[in-house]
Amino acid sequence: MSRARLVPAAVAVALIATGCGTPETPAGSNSDAGITIFNTEPENPLVPGNTTEVGGSRVLDALFTGLVEYRNEDAQPVNAMAESIETKDSKLFTVKIKKGWKFHDGSPVSAKSFVDAWNWTAYGPNGTQGASFFSQIEGFADVNPKDPDGPDGPEKAPAPKAEKLSGLKVVDETTFTITLSEPFAVFPVTIGYEVFAPLPEAFFKDQKAFEANPIGNGPFKFVSRTVGTDIKLTRNDDYQGDDKPKFKDLTLKVYQSRESAYADLVANNLDFMEELPPNALAGQKYETDLGDRVVQRETLNLQTIAFPLYAKPYDNAALRRAISMAINREEITQRIFEGTRKPAESWVHPLMKGYQAGQCGVYCKYDPQKAKEELAKSGYTGEILLLSNTDGGHQEWAEAVANSIKNALGVDAKFVPSTSFGEFRQKVNAHEMNGMYRAGWIADYPSIENWLTPLYRTGASSNDGLYSNPKFDAKLAEADKAPSEEQAIRLYLEAEKMLAEDMPAIPLWSQTTIAGKSNRLKVANLHPFRKLDLDSVEVA
Amino acid sequence: MGFYVLRRLLQMVPVFLGTTFLIYALVWAVPGDPFEGKCGERDCPAAYVSAMRDKFNLDDPLLVQYGKYLGNLARGDFGETSAGLAVGERIATAFPVTLRLALVALLIEAVIGITAGVVSGLRNRGFLDSLVLVSTLFLISIPVFVTGYVVQLVFGLQLGLISPTVTSPTWGNLIVPGFVLASLSMAYVARLSRASIAENRRADYVRTALAKGLPQKRVVGVHMLRNSLIPVITFLGTDLGAFLGGAIVTEGIFNVPGVGGLVYRSILTKDGAMVTGVVTVLVLVYLLMTLLVDMLYAVLDPRIRYD
Repeated sequence: MSRARLVPAAVAVALIATGCGTPETPAGSNSDAGITIFNTEPENPLVPGNTTEVGGSRVLDALFTGLVEYRNEDAQPVNAMAESIETKDSKLFTVKIKKGWKFHDGSPVSAKSFVDAWNWTAYGPNGTQGASFFSQIEGFADVNPKDPDGPDGPEKAPAPKAEKLSGLKVVDETTFTITLSEPFAVFPVTIGYEVFAPLPEAFFKDQKAFEANPIGNGPFKFVSRTVGTDIKLTRNDDYQGDDKPKFKDLTLKVYQSRESAYADLVANNLDFMEELPPNALAGQKYETDLGDRVVQRETLNLQTIAFPLYAKPYDNAALRRAISMAINREEITQRIFEGTRKPAESWVHPLMKGYQAGQCGVYCKYDPQKAKEELAKSGYTGEILLLSNTDGGHQEWAEAVANSIKNALGVDAKFVPSTSFGEFRQKVNAHEMNGMYRAGWIADYPSIENWLTPLYRTGASSNDGLYSNPKFDAKLAEADKAPSEEQAIRLYLEAEKMLAEDMPAIPLWSQTTIAGKSNRLKVANLHPFRKLDLDSVEVA
Repeated sequence: MGFYVLRRLLQMVPVFLGTTFLIYALVWAVPGDPFEGKCGERDCPAAYVSAMRDKFNLDDPLLVQYGKYLGNLARGDFGETSAGLAVGERIATAFPVTLRLALVALLIEAVIGITAGVVSGLRNRGFLDSLVLVSTLFLISIPVFVTGYVVQLVFGLQLGLISPTVTSPTWGNLIVPGFVLASLSMAYVARLSRASIAENRRADYVRTALAKGLPQKRVVGVHMLRNSLIPVITFLGTDLGAFLGGAIVTEGIFNVPGVGGLVYRSILTKDGAMVTGVVTVLVLVYLLMTLLVDMLYAVLDPRIRYD
C-alpha cells in the first residue's frame, strides 16, 4: 500500500461528492438587483398552515398574500386579496376576494383556495402548528377534537366527526362566508397571519412535491432551496397586489449564528438583519460599526414584570401597586437604554388602534411617597425577588429595577438571575416562580384584544401568573360580542382600566428594535412585526 | 493483516449498537418538551404534538422505539426531521463540507507543524528552536474562538482582505477557517515532532547511516523522519476524527454549513432524529479512523505486525 496515492483519491471523492460551489456576484442596477437577508433554518415544511416559527415565516411571508395585510405605518390591517369583509353581527362574515389573482403555477386563486386551505390546516389528523388559529370558527371541535388526557397521555384523540369546518361555506367563485361559534368583533384583524393564506390545487394533489417547491400567490416566487444554506426567491412579475417589490431576487441565507451574520452585515456582505446579536448591542457597538446603516423602529412588543399570583406575598394587590409605583421608568429607560425604550403607562401597546395613554393611571408613575403608603397598606416587610434570564441582555435593567424598588420602598429587593431562557420559561409554564418575573408580549395580530385576552383572562393560554377577575372576564366577553370594532375597542378599554387596581403585571416600557442594512440598500424599513418590510426595499 | 482488520471490523458491531442505543435513549430523555420552541413563541397545538409523537414513535416503550429506529437504519433510512427533511440527505450535504474543512486543517497542521518540528529538532537550542517553542506556547494558550474572532475582525473587517464568513464552502474559501481550526493542533504537532526528531538524532541507526556516507537529506528525510512520525501520525489521526466530529466554534464564527453546526442546532431545537443520525455516522467515522491509524503504523514501521 502506498501512502502517496491515498490522499489524492480521498480528495477526488470529496470533490465529486459535493460539486464545486461558485461565488455569486449581485447585479448592480436598481430594479433588477438581488438582495440577501438573514434567516434561520425553517423548522417545519414550507406550508403556511404549518409554520408559526420565524425561520419559515420569513420565506412564506414573501411567497403568499392573504386576505388582509398589516400596513407598515401603524400595523393596521388593509385589504390585500380581500375585496371586502362584511358582517352585521360579528358572527357571520362575508368575504369577497379580488378577481384575476393567480398562483405562481398559473391556477386562479378562488374562494375555494382559501376554504380548502383553512379546512386542511384545522383538520386534527394533519397535526399542523396553525390549527389553533381556526378555533373560533364554527365546527372546529368536530374537525379537531381534544385529546382527553393531553398529547403526552397514552389515550389517542378521538377521530374527528367531520373533515371540514361547518362554519366555512363557498358561495361562488370569489365569495365565501365564515361563521364563528361565538361573536368576535376583531376577527377580521386576526387573519393577516400567513397561517390564513390560500393554497393551490397542486398542494392537495401532491403535498411532498409542494413542500419541495412551494407555490404561492405572493410578490415572490420560489426558485430553489439548499437546505442548511439558503432559499432563493425571485419577483413574481404577474403579481396583482399593490406591494410590488422594487428589486428582483431575494435570497434568504441561513446563518449558523447571529454573530457571524453580523460580521457579514458590517462587511456589507449581508443586506439586512432585523435583530442584532447581543455582542453588537453591548455598549452600543452597532453605532460605531454601522453608522447610518442602523435601522430603528418601535415594534409591537411590550416589556412587563409579571406576578405569580399563586405565590405569597405576590397575591397582595396593594404590594403589587406599591412595587409598580417604586419603579423609576423614566430614569431607567434614559440611563440604561439611552432612550431606545419608551416608558409604558398602559397594558396595550401604543401602536394599537384605540390605544389610550394613562390607562394605568397613577400606579405606573414613579412616586416613592405613595408607594410607601401602599406598602404600609399591604403590611408586607419581607424581601422582594425579581427573576429573569440573563442570556438576552436583561441583567442590567433588571438590576436597576430591583435597586429602584429597594431605594423607594426601603425593603430588600433582589434580582435573581437564571442562565437560560428555556429553563426560565419552563418554570414559568409550570407555575413554579417564587418571585415576580420578567415577561413580555409580542402581538400575534394588531388588535387591542390581543394585549388583554391571552394574557389576563381567566385560564387564557398565556396567563402564566394565574390572574383571575370575573368582572374583567365578563367585560372582555361583552367586547368580543360587540357588533362593531369601534364599540369593541371601547369595551376593551374599559376592561383594561380594571387591571390598574389589580396590577396582575407591571407595564415597563415599549421597545424599539434595532436592525441593520448594507450600504447597497437605499431604503429598508422595519415592519412593526419585527421583520423587513419587503415592499419598502430599494437598492442603490 | 487481513484477519486483524476483519476482527477489528467485527468488534465495531457491539460498539456501534451500544453507542447508538445510548445516544438514542439520551436524546429523547433530555428534560423538557421535545417540541417546545417548534411553533415560534407560542405553545404547539395538541394535535401537532400528537402527530409528532406518532411520527417519532414516542408513545412506544424505549426498546421498541430503538428497534424500529435500527430497523429503518438497516434499510439505509435515517428518518425525517420535524421539518420533514430526510436526515440522510442532510448528513450527505453537510458531511462533505466538514470533510473538506477537516482535510484543509489537517494539511495545514501537518505541513506547518512537521516542518517547524523538524527544523527546530535539528537545530537544538538555536534561535529557530526558541522561536518555535515560544510561538507554539502562544498558540496553545489561546482558545480557538479567540483566534477565530481575531482573524475575522482583523483580516475580514478591518483590513478587508478576506470575506468575514464563508460564502460557499469551496477549498479556497475554507483555508482561513481551516487555519484557525488547525492552529492549536499545529502547535502540538510541532512540539511532538521536535521531541521525536531530537531524540532520534542520537539513535544508532542515524549514526550508522551517516557513517555509511549517505547524504544528510536522505538521512533526515527517510531514515529519521519515518521513525519519528509514529507518535505524530497517531495524533493526526485522532485529530482528523475530532475535526470530522464538527468544529462547532469555528463553523459558527465563519458560517460554514458543516456537521458541527448541524449537531449543535439539532441539539438546541431538540431534533432527536437528526442528532442520533449524525452522531451515529460520527461514531462509525471515528472507529474507522482509529483502524486506519493502526494500520498506518505497520506501513511506517515494518517491525509492527498485527497477526
